Amino acid sequence: MNAPFIEQKGRQTLAVVDCDIHPAHRTPGELLPYLEPRWREHYETHGVHVRQALPSALMYPRMMAAGMRADSLPEKGGPAGSDLDLLRRQHLDPVNVEFGLLMALSKGGMEERNPGLAAALSRATNDWQIDRWVREEPRLRAGIVVPQEFPEAAVAEIERCAGDRRYVQIMLSSRPSDPLGHRRYWPIYEAAERAGLPIGLHPVGYNGGHPSTGSGWPTFYLQEHYVFVACMEALASSLIVEGVFERFPKLKVVLVEGGFGWAPALAWRMDKHFEKFRKEVAHLRRRPSEYLREHIWWTTQPIEEPAQARHIVEIIDWIGWDRLLYSSDYPHWDYDNPSFAFKFPMTEAQRRMIFRDNAMALYRLA
Amino acid sequence: MSRHVVCPAAELPPGARKVVVVDGREIGVFNVEGRLHALLNRCPHGGAAICSGVVTGLSQSSGPGDYRLERRGEFLRCPWHGWEFDMATGQSWCDPRRTRVRSFEVKLEAGSDLVMGPYVAERYQVTVEDAYIVVDL
Ligand code: FES
Repeated sequence: MNAPFIEQKGRQTLAVVDCDIHPAHRTPGELLPYLEPRWREHYETHGVHVRQALPSALMYPRMMAAGMRADSLPEKGGPAGSDLDLLRRQHLDPVNVEFGLLMALSKGGMEERNPGLAAALSRATNDWQIDRWVREEPRLRAGIVVPQEFPEAAVAEIERCAGDRRYVQIMLSSRPSDPLGHRRYWPIYEAAERAGLPIGLHPVGYNGGHPSTGSGWPTFYLQEHYVFVACMEALASSLIVEGVFERFPKLKVVLVEGGFGWAPALAWRMDKHFEKFRKEVAHLRRRPSEYLREHIWWTTQPIEEPAQARHIVEIIDWIGWDRLLYSSDYPHWDYDNPSFAFKFPMTEAQRRMIFRDNAMALYRLA
Repeated sequence: MSRHVVCPAAELPPGARKVVVVDGREIGVFNVEGRLHALLNRCPHGGAAICSGVVTGLSQSSGPGDYRLERRGEFLRCPWHGWEFDMATGQSWCDPRRTRVRSFEVKLEAGSDLVMGPYVAERYQVTVEDAYIVVDL
């Protein structure tokens, strides 16, 4: 790779699309006005199943300010990510964000186990994203949160929102109750394909009730942070091998915050065994790597920082420069600033693709 | 080298810090238990305004089961990814490419204050002169 090294500038001049911004509730009751009276009452009387979503108590002690950038707490009070004005001053303006995609993790219904409440929380969260964020700040775009463990209700929510172009993707937790290739989730993919919306998989705190690794709970947060990778690998292979992309050839999946350095190794390994076990998975007509490259996109944060910068370039050469999407994870502690975080050589064209053009095309932003 | 009066010493009692602009550069000046430090307000790792970070010590260990907090108050922890920097030298303790950082440290002892490569927070000499805080750039 002989591409010229592009000088990193102190201030971002190139417009960027940020594919991972986390909006937070100002107060614990912020969702209440968006809930139907029956579910408002339920919420106030019983609460929700998931009691530790950001920014409340967390399953693992995080470094910094409870998992947040230590400088992102609003002067007016309230949790990090709850103040639109600070988001503008601290991120959207200085980083020159043209579009920012919201990933609403707080109490969204993705992991709620009461089916009716899960659907109600998802509706409320989607209306809240538009009302409090996208309506106020035209650079922001919402992601449709769905009660993913109840696909029928998830489909209804997709259909309720999909006509509104302010929603640009469907969000699923990358820690579901079952591997996402299972047939019971297929109605969600059918609805996504029909709506022409990509699916964004983002880790959410509670793991669908499972330990976050296949061999139990990690001890340290350092491990827990790393196992985002393991769950993404499991889901990518599940979607591929169970035939989701064979059945839904137009489906696009974005893996958010799960890294991408592992992608070539997973593909090589699946391909190696594919010929031998072809009879077992006769529904697959192509090698696993082909589905991976055709249907999956990857966000960059937290970007790997190998000692030899060219190693990352080789990995991206394999994945495809048209597949990576810049993401910041604002306001979380492992935030990536586009002017500083990318410590490897890129051509101007590659830079434009990763920071802006790939996301503009994938999400049909305008 | 140029000298800049930053503020009267009384404005920076022990425990206080101040971010000032000198020659167009934001510099954080710290008084940690009487020791003065000045650091460029930009983290060499990822660009954060590092001088809003927590002043802390080093967690050291000789192996599993043994943990000690040492050198309290000598380190500044970046508010973003938590890299820790020795406030007296600007030396990063979090850089995975540690050997490269050490080579800069040798230059430092040779008296070079300004030429420090990536991953070493830029450092300025601070002295108390007639009860003013003065920064050498
Ligand atoms: S920006 Fe300071 S540790 Fe990353």
